[in-house]
This record gives sequence, structure tokens and C-alpha cells, in this order.
Amino acid sequence: MPAYTLKRTFVAFLILIVVSGLTFSLSHLSADPALTIGGEQASEEDIQAIRKLYGFDRPIHVQYLDWLGRALSGDFGESYHYKQRVFDMVSERIGRTMLLGTLAILFALAVSIPLGTLAAMRPNSIVDRIALFIAVLGQALPTFWFALMMIIVFGVWWRWLPISGHTQWANYVMPTIALGYYATPALMRLTRAGMIEVLGSDYIRTARAKGLSPASVLFKHALRNAIIPVVALAAVWFGFMLGGSIVIETIFNLKGIGWLSYDALLRSDLPVVQAIVLVFASFYVVLTLLADLLNAYLDPRISVR
Amino acid sequence: MASQTILEVENLRVDIPVAAGMLHPVRGIGFSVSRGETLCIVGESGCGKSLTSLAVMGLLPKTARRTADRMDFLGRDIRDFREREMARLRGGSMSMIFQEPMTSLNPSYTIGNQLAEVYLRHVEQNRAAARDRAVFLLEKVGISSAASRLGQYPQQLSGGQRQRVMIAMALMCGPELIIADEPTTALDVTIQAQILRLLAELQREFRMGMILITHDLGIVARVADKVQVMYAGKTVEEGPCETVFDAPMHPYTQGLLRCIPIPGRTRRGERLGSVPGIVPNLVGDLAGCMFRNRCDHAGDACAGMPDEPTRMGDGHAYTCLRTPEEVLGERQAAEAP
Repeated sequence: MPAYTLKRTFVAFLILIVVSGLTFSLSHLSADPALTIGGEQASEEDIQAIRKLYGFDRPIHVQYLDWLGRALSGDFGESYHYKQRVFDMVSERIGRTMLLGTLAILFALAVSIPLGTLAAMRPNSIVDRIALFIAVLGQALPTFWFALMMIIVFGVWWRWLPISGHTQWANYVMPTIALGYYATPALMRLTRAGMIEVLGSDYIRTARAKGLSPASVLFKHALRNAIIPVVALAAVWFGFMLGGSIVIETIFNLKGIGWLSYDALLRSDLPVVQAIVLVFASFYVVLTLLADLLNAYLDPRISVR
Repeated sequence: MASQTILEVENLRVDIPVAAGMLHPVRGIGFSVSRGETLCIVGESGCGKSLTSLAVMGLLPKTARRTADRMDFLGRDIRDFREREMARLRGGSMSMIFQEPMTSLNPSYTIGNQLAEVYLRHVEQNRAAARDRAVFLLEKVGISSAASRLGQYPQQLSGGQRQRVMIAMALMCGPELIIADEPTTALDVTIQAQILRLLAELQREFRMGMILITHDLGIVARVADKVQVMYAGKTVEEGPCETVFDAPMHPYTQGLLRCIPIPGRTRRGERLGSVPGIVPNLVGDLAGCMFRNRCDHAGDACAGMPDEPTRMGDGHAYTCLRTPEEVLGERQAAEAP
């Protein structure tokens, strides 16, 4: 297990380096930072001066290594637009995004695992049909549309919940549901498929032949095995939740880093964009790593030889 | 030694609705097992022997329907037992060993956990006692350094070891009846003999009743007290092991016995036989002897044959129109030089 962890961590680190390099070169190809900084009125001489001052005249790989060196020591530079340290801007908002993403994936799991299990216990029953209906609906509805509908119904008509902001718990209710519902169908279908397969397995027959209680057969013997792929998928979806919160954060004006990345992209604020892409990439990498380790813990076949 | 009946089953039927109609895989089976006795149920694949054992355990698939004129376990009628009551018996006073040791243990839990849970469920909530019992039985079934095995996962054991663990698990609560459904089929030939010997020893030592389900007559000859030959969901012949082996009366039993070499009877260079054809489809209304299309002796009367067995005394009975005189006369003629 320690060797396995070490190997996976090293690979994860390599992935992050590659991602940061790609982001850096792509974003510097798509926008000229000197123009952004100088603004519309800047003269040709001003632009040249800015290039010199910020070092944009150097070859791109030199700029990248320079940036990477600073980034590794925690210095992500300064926002071209807000003239604030990027590190502060991101760290101030990252908590909100993490909270939203965590709530959303927990919501998705809380809905999809019980629903998938129920559906698997009686395939093709009315419960199964209802679960399928909910899943198809979740897959078919665009997130932004679903979010707007919730705002209209719960925020505007009934006035139950606030429609924007991030200061109180109530602010997170609708964004959590809107974001989490998107992940529910996939997780539920996987739970259902896994449970159906496991419930038909020989070791479940053994568990029943041992006279164990239905709860023990279902939760101890079946769910633990059925949930292994669900955990892996949930981790990937958690990554989507964090990165995909750009739309939701913008709709609900919940100023996390999703919202910030949207804002930075509109302003070609490259240091902010780079930092956020790196953060999102780290989320994915760390989550996939955690999922693998969690899988290894849940399924002894992975790490035990 | 007064024999004490543990399980008594009469006219057990299993019906399963399928797309083509009603499937009748078990069509009126009866048997009884006493303490310390081994009953072998023999037959080829699809004859209903596994479903018979699952029916006794109450583990039939949900769609299957079970009926019986009698099903007494330890003097109690278990026909109308609810799932909760059956669950109390299963793993406790009746336990089962399955055919596939590779997949019958849960890959996510240690051997110790899986052994202990059945004890904790049926005997007492005492983890230390459960652990001691598990170590005792693992040693009993021939697993070396038993205590250290408790922390291992099934996939760290070989097939033979897993089947030993399954046997230990079946014995955790000191069952009265043990049902072994083809326990050695999935194992190497060398391991088969070991496991079989182990089962027979344990059965004698703990004086359990055992139902051994198999298609291997070699196994039957070694361990059975009583034999029941099944064909197409019915008993075609039953009786004490030696009697059935010495004087098989039903053409199917005779065919099966020709398929295996028997020490002292099969001559060197003699060709072993086979039973041609396949088992019939058991969907819909069935009448007459189901073996008639594979039988050398079949006549028109076989299509309307009644179910009543011909009884020979000594518990030996067979279901065929041929009279004992006919069968025995033919055998004498064949054995005459």
C-alpha cells in the first residue's frame, strides 16, 4: 500500500506539471497580456514598455519556467485587472467553491445510492421506473435551465430561498441541488447496475445461506461491493462539480473561484486564469488519487497480492 | 443406534413460470435423512438436484413456487415458515456448501469476519468465542496456521482452501444437517478426494445428517449410506448405497453405472458406457416416463406410465414398468459365461 500510494502520487505530480505547461502556452497564444494591461488607449511605445517591464519579450519557455518557479513557492503573480495578489484572490474564494462542490456531491450520493439500491432490489418495479424517470430527467435538463427554474419557483414565486450571494447557508441550497442533481443520474444508474450484479452473485447466496438478516445481506455484503465503482465515479464527478460550478456560481452570483474564472476569462486576466486552471487540475488529480486509494481500501483485491 | 430422522420430505415440487409456460424442474421428490446418515442425490445436470437442495434451504429464486406434502425438519413443519424463521435455521441447524468456492466467499471481507458473523448471528454475541470457534474449525478442516488466516481475504487462498473455509463456515454453529451441492466439482481431482474425505470424516465426527448432491457416482460409492437417483425432476431409483450399486433396477441407473469403472467388476479392456441423448424439456404438462426416449427398453406403455415405484424391500425402490423378475433374469443371462 505505501509503495502504491507513492507511485500514484508521483504520477499525479507529473500530470500537474504537464497541465500547467499546456495552460500557460495556450493562454499566452490566445491573448496578448501586454494589450490587456495597457488597455485600449495605450500607445505602441507603452505596449513595448509593458512587454519589457513584465518580461513578455522573453521566449515563452523562459516565461513559463519563471512562472513555475514562483508558483512552486506559492507566488502566482498579480492580477492584471484587480492589481491584487492572485494567491489572495483565489484563497479568499476557494472555500466557497469547495463547500458548494462538497455539498453537491454529497447531495448526489445521498439521492443516488438509496434510489439505485431500491431500484436494484426490485428491477422493473414501479420504484425502479420512478428512479429511472428521475435519472432521465436529470440527464436531459440543462443545469442552467434547471437552476433558473428553481430561482423562479423557490426564489421569486414562493420566496423561500435567497437567489444570490454566499453569506448564509440558505444561499447554498439551490446551487447545491442544481449542481448535485446533474451528477445524480450517472451515480444512480451505476449503483443500480452494480447492486443487481452483486445481488445475483454467489457470495450473496452464501450470505443468505448463512441465515444473515436481510439488512446484513444488503448493506454489509452487497452494497460494499456494489459501491466500489460508484466511489470512483463520484470522485470524478466531484471534480466536475468543482470545475463545473462556473455556470452555477455565475447564475447564483456565488463568488467562488468558478465565478472568478469566468470573470478573469472575460478580462483576459491570465495570471488568475492560470492559477485557477491549476487549482481545478489539482482537484481532479487529487480526487482521482483519493478515489484510487479509497478503492484500494474498500476492495482489498486492488492492493493485496 | 436408534436412527433419528432430521429431515423428512414428501412430494416436493418446484414450479417456475417461464416465457414458454410453466417449468417443472422438481416433480414430486421425497427423501429423509437421519442423524449420522449420508444421502447422495445423483443425476446429470438439469435434473433438479440443486433446486431440490435450494428448496429445502428456502433459497429458491423469487419466481419459483415450492409445494410439498411434507417437509419436517427436526420435527417441525417448515413448509409455511416465513423468511425470518427460515433465516434462523439457515447457517444454524442446517447449512450448505456450494459448488463454486472461488466465488462463494465475499471478496471484501476477511475469512475471520465471514466465519465469525454466522456464529454471532446464530449462537451468541461473543467475538472471542466466535474467533476461537473459527480457529478450531479451520484447524479441523486442515488449514495450516489457522489463527493467522483469519485476517486473510478469500483471494489469498487457493480453491481447495476456500472450499475448506466454506466447510468450516457451514460447521460454525454445529448444524444438524449439512447440504453439500457438488462441493468438489470445481476443484482439482487430487483436491476432490481430500475434500470429500474431509466431509465424510466431519460428518461422522459431528454425527450430522448430510445430503450430498453430485453427478459423480464414484463419490457416491465412497461416502453414501443411501442413494437417490434423479432424472428429469423425479426419483427414478432409491435405496441403500450397496444395494443400488449391486443391483441397479432402473435403466437410467444401470446406464450411469456403466459409465464409471468399478473395482472388481469392470474388466480390463472393457469399454465404459454412456447414456445417449439429452435431458428432456420440462416445460408444460408432462406424463409418463421422461427417460423413455433415451431408454433401450422403452415401449408404448411407457408414455402413460404411473408414478408408483416398485418396492423391493430394504428401502430399495425404482420407477419403471419392468418387473424385478425381468431385470434380474436379464442380468443373470448377461453374467452367465
